[in-house]
Amino acid sequence: MKKRIMLYMLLTAEAVIMIYPLIWLVGASFKSNDEIFTSLWFMPAHFDLSVYRKAWQTVTPYSMGHYFINTFKVILPKTLFTLVSSVLVAYGFARFDFPMKKGVFALFMGTMFMPGIVRVMPMYVMWSRTGFLDTYVPLTLPSLFAVEGAFVFMLLQFFRRVPKEFDEAARIDGCGTIGTLVYVLIPCLRPVLVSITVFTFLWTMNDFLEPLMMISSVEKYPLSLALRLSADSTGNGYEQNRIIAMSVIGLIPSVAVFAAAQRKLIGGITAGGLTG
Amino acid sequence: MKKRTYHNPVGVSRYTGLLLVSPFIAGFLVFTLYPFITSFLLGLTDYDGIHQPEYIGLGNYRYMLEDDGIHSAVSATLVYMLILVPLKLIVSLLAAVVLNNRIKGIGVYRTLFYIPSILGSNLAIVIMWQFLFTSGGLVNQLISAAGLPDVSWYGSGIHSMMMIVLLRLWEFGSAMILFLNALRDIPCEYYEAARVDGCGGVRCFFRITLPLLRNVIFLNLVLQTISAMQEFNAPYMITGGGPMRSTYTIGMLIYNEMFRYHDAGYANAVSWLLFAIVTVTVLIIYRVTRRSREEYI
Repeated sequence: MKKRIMLYMLLTAEAVIMIYPLIWLVGASFKSNDEIFTSLWFMPAHFDLSVYRKAWQTVTPYSMGHYFINTFKVILPKTLFTLVSSVLVAYGFARFDFPMKKGVFALFMGTMFMPGIVRVMPMYVMWSRTGFLDTYVPLTLPSLFAVEGAFVFMLLQFFRRVPKEFDEAARIDGCGTIGTLVYVLIPCLRPVLVSITVFTFLWTMNDFLEPLMMISSVEKYPLSLALRLSADSTGNGYEQNRIIAMSVIGLIPSVAVFAAAQRKLIGGITAGGLTG
Repeated sequence: MKKRTYHNPVGVSRYTGLLLVSPFIAGFLVFTLYPFITSFLLGLTDYDGIHQPEYIGLGNYRYMLEDDGIHSAVSATLVYMLILVPLKLIVSLLAAVVLNNRIKGIGVYRTLFYIPSILGSNLAIVIMWQFLFTSGGLVNQLISAAGLPDVSWYGSGIHSMMMIVLLRLWEFGSAMILFLNALRDIPCEYYEAARVDGCGGVRCFFRITLPLLRNVIFLNLVLQTISAMQEFNAPYMITGGGPMRSTYTIGMLIYNEMFRYHDAGYANAVSWLLFAIVTVTVLIIYRVTRRSREEYI
């Protein structure tokens, strides 16, 4: 019994370290500069929601809503492209035999361990030569080609769990290659498809380096760049709570999506080996 | 030539699978191989991103030998990696072991521990970190509440480095999840048998848990090393690489050479250097751990 209480205390202490900064951030958005830098406690002296109205307007010519819409213009096609391409590629690897399969698979595993930053410079040159800079094409189009190896890998683990007899039964009932995938396999893969969607969402919300390089006009900025712009243009004497409130607003979609999906998510990663 | 048989469902051509994985092959050619080769070729040129690249052979690489900027960036990156990766592995493994207890409410803790890594490199988190560590920020308030002298987190190299290490350490959740899944696969019978033989908790950990986790430890080690070597967001936003370039990582150097100093040739050459460093490091890890790993990767 004593051991159990110790365990709970340990867990709670650790949980506080993990979560308190976030709670403090929310509280700090209501505080004055003085209060932010003198009080440890997250609770502000008084609540004044007007800071959120100001934060929503941002210090840029556009509102937060505009940047959210920009971000979703990237997220939606990216998620769709990623789902379709990853499922097709994983299906090919999991269920079919073809010439050079071993070689192609080795190549696939190799790219998973490739540091992304090596690629970004030449990619920038490539997109600038083809005239796609400052559009969302560089941020979305690559997803059509299953570039996120971790997702394919995760799908492979799930494909392995679905008995091949399912495919055979579907074939006997007259399903073709794609029919088997759509009517039999995809329903079995639902949990992992949810995980892929959620991770694509979260990672795209977090994306910073790529938009920073590819997108140059403020009008097209996704949320992360808008936050950086605001953080850079608010100096020390400024009301700090406004940029803090912007950060809080910027975190809400990610936290909401994670909260909604967390039960399925942790189940989905169980088989995967996916990292954030 | 030996004729190969293909094991496919009846009526399926041996090219069907190839067709299905063709998006990956096309993507590999266009988004991995092509940039990779271009990067190498550009690394051999003097190129400002606008005018025609001018071939200068190994000039960029020769320049690396005398460029203090790259020396300090390489050492900053290696120091960062050597501090962060072991700490992160230890913390995430311990957290996973504790979370593997089947007690009431454990799911809530698991979620809470995982949240920081989900938010990950979100810029809002980076901004939050800046506020936590400014001179009057939460962390310094805590330190002075404990009666210790204030720390100037932005003022000294080691403290700036620690600030970024702490941010990434705080996000240990993804490594933890991998450990947690591996722990769940260890049959309870092993521990029960050990306990019957009079094995204590700590000894069980070293004799049963650790050896059975060696593959996932290796996986986490490689993944965390690769991501640490590419660190860009945190130093770029929080410290700007300073003070005195103590947190100026290779990732930042590549970015600045490209977009600030418009030296695309050098930026690409350094990208290749980074790739070489990552490859060598992973190979070293692979060789060193070979004995203690089950051969599967």
